Amino acid sequence: MKSKKGNHLQMILAYVVLVILAFLCLFFFYILIINATRSHADLQKGFSAIPGAYLLKNLKSVANDGSFPMFRGILNSLLVSTCTAGLCTYFSSLTAYGLYAYDFKLKKIAFTFIMAILVMPTQVTAMGFLRLVTNMGLYDSLLPLIIPSIASPAVFYFMYSYLQSSLPLSLVEAARIDGSGEFMTFNKIVLPIMKPAIAVQAIFTFVGAWNNYFVPALIIQSKDKMTVPVLIAMLRGADYMNFDMGKIYTMIMVAIVPIIIVYLILSKYIIAGITLGGVKE
Amino acid sequence: MKKKSKKVSYAKWGYIFILPFFLCYFIFSLIPLADTIRYSFFEYYRSGIKEVGPNFVGMENYVSLLHSDMLKYMGNTMILWIIGFIPQIVIALLLANWFTDIRLKIRGKQFFKVVIYLPNLIMASAFAMLFFALFSTNGPINSILTSLGWAKEPIDFMGSVAGTRTLIGFMNFLMWFGNTTIMLMAAIMGISPDIFEACELDGCSGVKRFFYITLPLIRPILAYTLITSIIGGIQMFDVPQILTNGQGNPDRTSMTLIMFLNSHLKSKNYGMAGALSVYLFIVSAILCFLVYRMTNGSKGEDR
Repeated sequence: MKSKKGNHLQMILAYVVLVILAFLCLFFFYILIINATRSHADLQKGFSAIPGAYLLKNLKSVANDGSFPMFRGILNSLLVSTCTAGLCTYFSSLTAYGLYAYDFKLKKIAFTFIMAILVMPTQVTAMGFLRLVTNMGLYDSLLPLIIPSIASPAVFYFMYSYLQSSLPLSLVEAARIDGSGEFMTFNKIVLPIMKPAIAVQAIFTFVGAWNNYFVPALIIQSKDKMTVPVLIAMLRGADYMNFDMGKIYTMIMVAIVPIIIVYLILSKYIIAGITLGGVKE
Repeated sequence: MKKKSKKVSYAKWGYIFILPFFLCYFIFSLIPLADTIRYSFFEYYRSGIKEVGPNFVGMENYVSLLHSDMLKYMGNTMILWIIGFIPQIVIALLLANWFTDIRLKIRGKQFFKVVIYLPNLIMASAFAMLFFALFSTNGPINSILTSLGWAKEPIDFMGSVAGTRTLIGFMNFLMWFGNTTIMLMAAIMGISPDIFEACELDGCSGVKRFFYITLPLIRPILAYTLITSIIGGIQMFDVPQILTNGQGNPDRTSMTLIMFLNSHLKSKNYGMAGALSVYLFIVSAILCFLVYRMTNGSKGEDR
């Protein structure tokens, strides 16, 4: 009976902590959205919890601002992030499957190598990367932001763990007996099994590419190729105190909202993916 | 069809499947790494429009970096990481334990999961820009604090060392605790329910169960969390860069190593950037080794 009472207390504690954390997570975005609906003059008067009626006007002035092409930036970011997520998850799965399902001489070395570079930050090679990209004539283009994601050790590791827990090799054997080619086995049998893992990792890599600021800031020079984080950095660097604050908040909001939409569409997959398979070790 | 069950014949597929990864890694990581190491031994920078070098100078770049503020920036990076990581892992363990506790029926679990994961999706640079606007002296946070009477005059959060560091740590915490919670939840749900049932029958309390069953069994995932967090810590750049406009103010106390690297790259001081990269590479390599040992060691014990 004692434990029941303890449970009750724990329940209350859990709710209090959860509500506080949920509040912290939402509060700043709430202020952001409220402020994006108010005019500069209103904002100068101080904070108010009630939304204003300036959202459309603010959006219009963001869209018409030639020095910060925000909507162009969103298109660029969407393109880069989508391609990155697709390439990265497909090739990571392929690599994981190659190392999981086949026996070959260099298998052990290849696996050890990937595990050894697992936590290697990409920034340590940034200088050489910048020079390489310049020499390849790819400076100031979106390709160097996308293609290197084919080799993502962390995603590979996740995929490999997932395969270990959820792909019996007998299934591959059975497919072979049925006359399925190796690539077909991978695309038609292994990929569907890996769907939950791919969904989770697609979101992680999409977000990673969307958030990526370091590499685009080095590579991208011209305004019409800038991704959203580079534009935000430019906004921070500008003498922003003279700007229309309503517009600033709207720009930040415009940078944040697409990803929330993507999340709301895919959140089911993340949670389903985790509850279905999980990373059993 | 292929009825010959010669196992060797499949080996080539293994190579084909892993080829894109290794080719890509070779071109975009190994060649740049070699290039970076090579130029770290050269004097190679740009002053104005004049390009100096590349002249071979041996270890000079390495020595002059040690005399610069690099070690201070390393300390900054560690402090900022710890401020974010400790609350992150504690809260994540707590929440993951509560969410997976069968006796504790938390309602709105789905809602809370979606909400706590939300900040992880927000672009770090936009989030930092938002915090910069919200916490500025004439921003809404100060306006709320003064109108509530909690502060007599606006607090200059970004004018003080503790304020700036706390803001950066707090942002990192908010962005990552939901992600960690979900990872740990998946790990706890991967534990066989039989073990929990047996524990229940033996009459162990929730606290005991957490420390003697849950924690030891999710150690591999804890290691993975630590890996990803260390990567994030070393790479910490976006939040302090945007919040302090690349200056690391006040007095460069929130300047991280990557911000330092970035400033060298931007000023096209390739020699110094190379040497700094090599230092970072050595630190990362040590961490890689430790983490590799750790993950492999724990696997060996468990099985």
